[in-house]
Parts: sequence; structure tokens; C-alpha cells
Amino acid sequence: MQSVRITLPDVAGGAASDWRDYFQLLKPRVVALVVFTGAVGLIAAPGHIHPLIAFVAILAIALGAGAAGALNQWWEADLDIRMKRTASRPVPAGRIGAKSAFDFAMVTAVASVFLMQVAVGLFAAALLLASILFYVLIYTVWLKRRTPQNIVIGGAAGAFPPLIGWVAVTGNLAPLPILLFAIIFVWTPPHFWALAMFVQKDYANAGVPMLPLTHGNAETRRQIWLYSLGLVAVTLAPIAIHATGLLYAVLAVGLGAAFLWFAWGTYRNTADEPKQMKPEKRLFGYSILYLFFLFAGVAADAVIAR
Amino acid sequence: MTPEETQAFYARRAARSRVIGIVLAALAVLFFLLTVVRMGKH
Repeated sequence: MQSVRITLPDVAGGAASDWRDYFQLLKPRVVALVVFTGAVGLIAAPGHIHPLIAFVAILAIALGAGAAGALNQWWEADLDIRMKRTASRPVPAGRIGAKSAFDFAMVTAVASVFLMQVAVGLFAAALLLASILFYVLIYTVWLKRRTPQNIVIGGAAGAFPPLIGWVAVTGNLAPLPILLFAIIFVWTPPHFWALAMFVQKDYANAGVPMLPLTHGNAETRRQIWLYSLGLVAVTLAPIAIHATGLLYAVLAVGLGAAFLWFAWGTYRNTADEPKQMKPEKRLFGYSILYLFFLFAGVAADAVIAR
Repeated sequence: MTPEETQAFYARRAARSRVIGIVLAALAVLFFLLTVVRMGKH
């Protein structure tokens, strides 16, 4: 399934926009989770980092993620306008012109990478640049409109922040941040497919080939269940290699069991109407809390161990 | 544009200019502090 891109006119230019529209363009809610996972990588890393450098590293991660989100909205304005969930975003709603959104996003992207390079170093800046390019070019431009595997591969973009946070402190990678990357990578499909189940009409209107549309609800529920099993298995890996402590172990097992419970509820559901997709909505909501508390456990364990 | 719309347009532009000013000033302070911290390491 492929959709046709249409170019939106630069209706508002930039002159009529409110500064809050530019703030919204940065997808602040997504950035909040990205900042959190980046901060966990930074806290979990062994070694010392000056508080100001740590602050700038987190700021650069936030700006980079925001810029990627803004570029995503610039490119996808023609899709967003056809989806109820996204039609009120600044570009499709005409509050920010397409060119203004692109200029703002590019300046923010360049500033974030430059800031990271100046404050932290080349490796962290390169990872930040890679995450922006991956999200914009690989996920947004290449995969999203072409394949139901879009969020499987694209999920890697959202998994970079813990790596960047860790590298900001140590200057190199280690097994734990790679496992944190893997956790977010495997968490992304069940998280987004649960959402895609109950907003699939939106995706159908926009012509985005999400899994429920291309392979049906039953197959999507099966994939959610399989990825959930994989997710819980990956979250146990830090325990197996003794990279985390007791608190994380308790959280990974307890939260993981609950994740599987919600995923099983989804797997067992046979409804095709969004109103009857309460298990999917519960799984989607829980998946956000799950990632938050799991990563909080990683950070807390690192602090306790010091 | 009506006079009200014109007024709202100028108000939005002024608010945006203020925010840009604040962001630039914050960046200047941030780079100064970064320089101090990084020079302190050597």
C-alpha cells in the first residue's frame, strides 16, 4: 500500500505563528520520554560527569529529538491532515508554514549536534546525528509509507538516547547501554501496534501501511504477543550479566509479568471495532508506564550501588 | 485583516521575538559557562 505525497502550501508563512506552535512542533511529550531514557543512560554509566555537561548533554538530546519530530511533522503534513489524531498539529492546521517548520527543524537539529560536540564530544554528537538521520530518513521518509515493518526498524531511532547518555559519561559503549537500546527497540512494536489497532481507521485514511491494515487484527495481536515475550526476555538480560541490581530485577520480573498479562488480554481479544478494543488501549497506556518504571529501576539501582 | 487580527498578528510576532531573544541570551550564558567548565579541566 502506498500513499501519494501532496505538497501543502506555505499558508501561514512564519510571521503569523505563535511561539507555542513551534514548541508543539518539537513533540514535547515524546521528547519527555526521550529525555528520561537519555538521563537513565547518563545516570547508569560509571564515572563522573560535571553537572553542567550532563545538563547540556540532556538538552542536546532533547533538541535533537525535538528537531527529528519537527522534521517528521514537516514531511508528514499531508498524512497528518488526514488523521483525526494529528490534524490539529501546527503544520497541517496551517498555523506554521511548511518552509518555516523545515527551517526551524534544521536549525534546531544542527544546534543540537553542535552543542553535543562542543560540550561532550564527537562520539556522542555522532550518535545524536545518527539518531536524527535514522528517524527522519530511514523511518519517516523511507519506511513509514512503504512497509508494515516501519515501526519495527524505525524503533531503533527512539532507542538511541540511553546510548548517548552513557557515552556522554564514559566516552564508549558497554553491554548495559546496548541492552537498554535493545529494550526500547523491542518495546516499540507492541507499543505502537496496540495504538495502531484502535486508530487504524486514521491510518487507513492516511494510507499508512500499519500492520492491522496489511495483515489484519488477528495477526497484529499475535505479533504483539510474540514481541511482548521477546521484550520481557530482553529485559531479563541485564540481570543475567549482573549489570543491574536487585531493584531492577524485581521491577523487570513484576512489570514484565504485568506486560505479558496485558498483551495476553490483547491476544485473546477478537473485536474489530475500536470501541471494543479496551485490552489494546490498556496495553498501550501500560506500555508507557512500563518503560518509565523499568528505566527508573536501572537508574535507581545505579545510584544505590554508588 | 481586520484591526483586531492585525493587533493579534503583531502581538504574536512580538511574543515570538521575545522568546527568540530569551533563547539566544540563554545560549550565550550556556556557552560562557561551558567554556569556564571545559577550561577548568585543563
